[in-house]
Amino acid sequence: MLKKIDARGLSCPQPVLVTLKGMELLEKGEMVVLVDNDTAKENVARAVASKGWKVKQIQTEGNEYHLTINKE
Amino acid sequence: MNGLKNIFAGRWGIIGVGAVIGILAPLLQKFGNPGNMGICVACFERDIAGALGLHRAAVVQYMRPEIIGFVLGSLLAAYLFKEFRARAGSAPIVRFVLGVFAMIGALVFLGCPWRTLLRLAGGDGNAILGLLGLIFGIWIGTLFFRGGYNLGRSQPTLTPVGWILPLIMMGFLFLRIIFPPLEGQESSGVLLYSAKGPGAMHAPLVMSLIAGVAVGFLAQRSRFCTMGAFRDLILFRQLHLFSGVVALIVAAFIMNMILGQFHPGFQNQPIAHTMGLWNFSGMALAGLAFALAGGCPGRQLFLAGEGDGDAAIFVLGMIVGAAFAHNFGLASSPQGIGPHGIAAVVVGIFVCLFIGGTMRNKVA
Repeated sequence: MLKKIDARGLSCPQPVLVTLKGMELLEKGEMVVLVDNDTAKENVARAVASKGWKVKQIQTEGNEYHLTINKE
Repeated sequence: MNGLKNIFAGRWGIIGVGAVIGILAPLLQKFGNPGNMGICVACFERDIAGALGLHRAAVVQYMRPEIIGFVLGSLLAAYLFKEFRARAGSAPIVRFVLGVFAMIGALVFLGCPWRTLLRLAGGDGNAILGLLGLIFGIWIGTLFFRGGYNLGRSQPTLTPVGWILPLIMMGFLFLRIIFPPLEGQESSGVLLYSAKGPGAMHAPLVMSLIAGVAVGFLAQRSRFCTMGAFRDLILFRQLHLFSGVVALIVAAFIMNMILGQFHPGFQNQPIAHTMGLWNFSGMALAGLAFALAGGCPGRQLFLAGEGDGDAAIFVLGMIVGAAFAHNFGLASSPQGIGPHGIAAVVVGIFVCLFIGGTMRNKVA
């Protein structure tokens, strides 16, 4: 089951906080983070990389970004 | 990595933008802006409140083009890079109140976080306690973040919502152009001006405006934020935004040395007082309010320029806060704190603690 984190509409630093929390709970595997602005996208990507996870894919859906992140 | 195509969002991007601000601010001072105040978002919004007659402190009245430029530069960058998103609805009234008290705290110290750095880079030792207070306030904010504090989600909304603050700024610019300052006069048309004091000290309109637009443009691209710099360092041990702050202070220090604007000491520093406890406490209040609102005063202007209606409310809160600060004797002066400054800081800290302790919408 793919875990999804909805960080849309959240202001700094919430998108990073909820992503980090999700990564901690999942430990490893794959999940999708939804954000709705470029700042949040960059911040989440940066935080993900600093914790040894990878951004596998970034899908653009209208004004939103769906970041697929994983750790093996 | 495809997630970071924006070059300004990389390490060298944020360092470069910090350095550009650190170079421009001392230059603006050289060309007329007040001492160690080449750029100060809090002071300049306070001057705008004065220019509009929201307060009548005669020495701090000027429609500062830098502030206008910050919003319009960010608007321009946001449209060019397709990042303009009208959004609003994340506890606007709370953001307004945070803006009011952020401004009151900043005016007890006499400066926003940018000016704190510029004062340090100019040799003003009183800014050391201001900076420590700022960091302390942000640290309190991170405790609330760890406890689940947030202001709830914003919602995408109609484009004109995001245009309101930029339009207000365009209106201000129009007024500044049709009612220019008149030598020695305290008013011009509907705008108020200062005949003496910091409000009378300003770089030429075009220079201020161009510098403002350039900074607004670059800061929108790089997400430069002084509060975020310390917050991310404390919360995530992350140096990204912090490297921009270091670049700003180093560049401003070098510029001040070149321009002969570095004067180390504590006494008789420009637009500063020596009451250390209140330098610390004022900035602690401001830092906490910035942290809870998600951005330093500069960042709030850039967010407002890219369509964030909640950040725009914070900006208006700061302008109204400046009016309160001068009408009620809360703001400091070079002679020291205002007659009611202490009470205002205490009330502000309680208000921020209440907001931090009670706002915890479940979001994840």
